[in-house]
Amino acid sequence: MSLLDLTIKELQEKLSNKEITVTELTQACFDRIEETDGQVNAFLTLNKEAALEQAKQLDEEGIDADQFLLFGMPIGIKDNIMTKDLKTTCASEFLSNFEDPLYDATVITKLKNANAINIGKLNMDEFAMGSSTENSAYKKTTNPWNKDYVPGGSSGGSAAAVAAGQVPFALGSDTGGSVRQPASYCGVVGMKPTYGRVSRFGLVAFASSLDQVGPLTRTVEDNARILEVISGVDEMDPTSANIDVPNFREALTGDIKGLKVAVPKEYLQEGVDEEVANKINQAIDTLKELGAEVDEVSLPHSKYAIATYYMLASSEASANLARFDGIRYGKRAENADNLIELYKQSRSEGFGDEVKRRIMLGTFALSSGYYDAYYKKAQQVRCLITEDFEKVFESYDVIVGPTSPTTAFKIGEQIDDPLTMYANDILTIPVNLAGVPAISIPCGFHSDNNMPIGLQIIGKHFDESNVYRVAHAYEQQTEHHKQKPAIGGVN
Amino acid sequence: MSKKISTEDVKHVANLARLAITDEEAEKYSEQLSSIINFSEQLSEVDTSKVKPMTHVLDMKNVFREDEPKDWITKEEALKNAPDQADGQFRVPSILE
Repeated sequence: MSLLDLTIKELQEKLSNKEITVTELTQACFDRIEETDGQVNAFLTLNKEAALEQAKQLDEEGIDADQFLLFGMPIGIKDNIMTKDLKTTCASEFLSNFEDPLYDATVITKLKNANAINIGKLNMDEFAMGSSTENSAYKKTTNPWNKDYVPGGSSGGSAAAVAAGQVPFALGSDTGGSVRQPASYCGVVGMKPTYGRVSRFGLVAFASSLDQVGPLTRTVEDNARILEVISGVDEMDPTSANIDVPNFREALTGDIKGLKVAVPKEYLQEGVDEEVANKINQAIDTLKELGAEVDEVSLPHSKYAIATYYMLASSEASANLARFDGIRYGKRAENADNLIELYKQSRSEGFGDEVKRRIMLGTFALSSGYYDAYYKKAQQVRCLITEDFEKVFESYDVIVGPTSPTTAFKIGEQIDDPLTMYANDILTIPVNLAGVPAISIPCGFHSDNNMPIGLQIIGKHFDESNVYRVAHAYEQQTEHHKQKPAIGGVN
Repeated sequence: MSKKISTEDVKHVANLARLAITDEEAEKYSEQLSSIINFSEQLSEVDTSKVKPMTHVLDMKNVFREDEPKDWITKEEALKNAPDQADGQFRVPSILE
């Protein structure tokens, strides 16, 4: 068994007992990456020198691992999270020369304070726009369960790296499903916290009213521990919530007796693959066996979520991405002879197809004469989608359903049609619009392609504890999370 | 399917968004954006006459803090990633004719 198969608790025990050193653990990640990343293509930048130096220091200082929740723990970081002095590209050509970010995102500062070790930066869809990581300007990450399949997106590098055992943990970001959908496709655990739970300072903004950073891990317990470290109010992000961060691990009792679970009928209807639906129903049966009380409910405005999301997220993106002007940092076109041309050429050369499409869609939705019909209308429907959740949560503790209507699809299969690609996110997007927390955990494999299926568990605002409680109880009853992919696939 | 966004519209929007696009791209984006906008027309069937537009999911009002100067980055650091600079400033093409 590899060191990298162990949980945080197990690794820290080994560190405490001096069975292993932080340096050995850190080196094990880089060895594994060297061995497998030619096939997986998860990493864009490695932080090898600094990581090994930090590991050496931790070994020398010999700080008591019990004092720090993530002492010596290796973690990969999605490349839209700012890391001081470590290249941060958002998988965009525009930031191909952004070698010297000037500050750390708050989540990075918190990981450093907890003595975690940043192993490197992970591939993604450019500026987090996509559902397959195929929109990266640099490389196509493959799914460790089968190299012909996408890892999902936009945090595809994060999910693939964890699934392939390159790093035991990673951070991603989730605007419309970008942590949960790749977690589902790669058979790992991925959490989108409540909007406001985690500071967005230093997360390169895509859609500011929806974005959240979240952990990807192999177990629920590890996930809860990392979220505990990165959560909390931050004066650098006025939308971060001034609410106490509980010890999420205290919820991991295995006891869900009497817990009220809602299953929205819309989440198992047409469009959801039959076997995916069957696996979700089996998971629901497991929850019932554990003593949960399960009822069918309705989230009637779910079907409007995709249209609402693409109007709002694209509008916010068109404003957020205006900062990429080719003047202060990033790409600058060579031969522009005036300022406007400089903006236009730099942006056109630097941005990929999907990013341009969304900037234009957002600019259109916000433009004079269309604002009320598209942007404002979407804000109103967002309110109705949120009220759907509020009504259900008056009577229930959690909502469960699939994370994605299907398993991973093949590389190149959906890239030509934006609307088909957007449909992958129908079950994850409503959660971002309502700002509630949700996790994806493995709940089986599809018999057609042996690819993983994800169970989504959604909670009330700031009630990540109950989400983790149910996820953990289910995980302890099943063996899905112990399955290991054949890196690079069967072919 | 009706085309909601003509190639002219695409060029107008691209200009607003400071993107240079070719005629060929305008054609492609016209089709793709039209199909996304057509898809989004479904929102018009929802009665929102009594619904307030939602800008933020949490019940938060303005968040204030003291306006105190703090050390942040230096001028040298600010220029570190600049594609072009001169005399401690960002350099751009001439703005005036």
